[in-house]
Amino acid sequence: MSIIAAMLGIQNQIGQGLLGDSSLGWIMNVLFYVIFVVFIFYGSRIQTYVMIREVEGSLYKLKYIKEEGRKMAVETIKEIGKPQTDPTAKVDRFLEYFTIAPQTLDPAGVVWKLEHILDVRDERLKDEVKLMAPAADETQANNLENTLEAAMALNFIYKVIRHFYLLGKKTLSLYIIMQIQMILPMIMREAEAYASALKAFAFGQPIGDGAGALVAAKIMHGYETKKIEKDCVVSTVPFEGRTAFVIKAEGPGGNVGKPGDAIEHVIEENNGKIAMVVMIDAALKLEGEGLGEVAEGVGAAIGGPGVDQYKIEEKILKYHIPINAVIVKEDTGDAVSPMRKEIFDSVNTVVDRIKEVVLERTKEGDKIIIAGIGNTIGIGQ
Amino acid sequence: MSGTQATASTARISTFLLLVVFLTLALSFVALIFGATVVEQNTEASWVLLLLGFVGVSLSTYVLFQTRRRLSKLKIVVPPVVTTIECKKCGFKNVREFQRGDYIFKEGEPCQKCNDKMLITAIYREVKDKEKNRMPF
Repeated sequence: MSIIAAMLGIQNQIGQGLLGDSSLGWIMNVLFYVIFVVFIFYGSRIQTYVMIREVEGSLYKLKYIKEEGRKMAVETIKEIGKPQTDPTAKVDRFLEYFTIAPQTLDPAGVVWKLEHILDVRDERLKDEVKLMAPAADETQANNLENTLEAAMALNFIYKVIRHFYLLGKKTLSLYIIMQIQMILPMIMREAEAYASALKAFAFGQPIGDGAGALVAAKIMHGYETKKIEKDCVVSTVPFEGRTAFVIKAEGPGGNVGKPGDAIEHVIEENNGKIAMVVMIDAALKLEGEGLGEVAEGVGAAIGGPGVDQYKIEEKILKYHIPINAVIVKEDTGDAVSPMRKEIFDSVNTVVDRIKEVVLERTKEGDKIIIAGIGNTIGIGQ
Repeated sequence: MSGTQATASTARISTFLLLVVFLTLALSFVALIFGATVVEQNTEASWVLLLLGFVGVSLSTYVLFQTRRRLSKLKIVVPPVVTTIECKKCGFKNVREFQRGDYIFKEGEPCQKCNDKMLITAIYREVKDKEKNRMPF
């Protein structure tokens, strides 16, 4: 309203002071009154149109990114999987795949229900990838699964934004279009991150989320590894006079494993006689914090749907094992795109931090668990 | 996919927007011409019209350039990823572009100096941060 008041002031000056009683003055007067009335009655409608245009612009970009993702997934399957038939139809079906979360009206036991549903989903996706790409080995199949999941995420983002755009256009409701327009910059950042993740997954390049897995790989490299609970490996490594059980997802294929089960297994195998658990993971940084900054704290540093975190917390509570966490800070974009040098360089700092924590909080001869969490794509052991 | 340009069909510019921009441009030119012709009779009014004309021309030109820029921005840029291979025996280091199949701790090609097996020790991408140190916080 203050803008309108200022406009009225200006028009009065122009109309009476500068232009006098000339016809131009009258035209200006009428024009300003018309604008004033239009803004009073149609202000929110004009704002809605402007927002719809803004969302439309982003929707074109999202459509382009989504199409590129789909194209890349199909091309990679054709190149690696050598299928007999064209996999495009199967890819399209895969992109529409959904998972229904368990009912939480009675929350008791929901973790196990969620775990079961996630296991079924994982098996189903793996089977679909095998059907689409019969010639792919295990590593390539894991990478393909990750590529398809990134394409799936882009497809979902595009469809949600399109839904709000069309709904906003149909209803011309400022509040429908406003809620999507306000979070659009964040959504676009996420979509761009997934777009750059596509190539990383298709080519098997390490991603920012693999910082924890890389730390574990650095510590266990050169020692014998043993396959344990779902898609994880463990190495027994002498570490500053202690015995460290170093756990990570099995690489180099795109895989996060089930570190919850792996940690549980190692704790039970040692009858709970573990002096400390140290978890390393990539964590979301706040704007202003440096990329690859290392921070230390307590608790189970693990993302995802929460099943693994629950299992770890249950087990360490049973045996009263202290748990420490070291995190590498990065934003969403860096977490899913090819690993940046700053994150790679932070790995040595993390190893030094772990050494400090272990020396300060445990005695010589103790047994400890070091778990590197994250997607191990492009990282061996 | 790297550096792929968007096709014209994917990034259509709205005709409504173009119409508004060109209308503003035309009106601004009229204001400029009118301002220039009445400069002798009413100096203050001509200055106001000239100002309005200049603002209109600048704004519409800016919007036109922005739409052009938006078109050219529609591409997925993937920065190059490099692989570092090291020989543990003689310390020879080789940095090359990432190749499909590379992974950290993979035993790679034989060393050019001592013929021992080399190991991939790093795979990363380097990004030149434009905004570095610009913020005072």
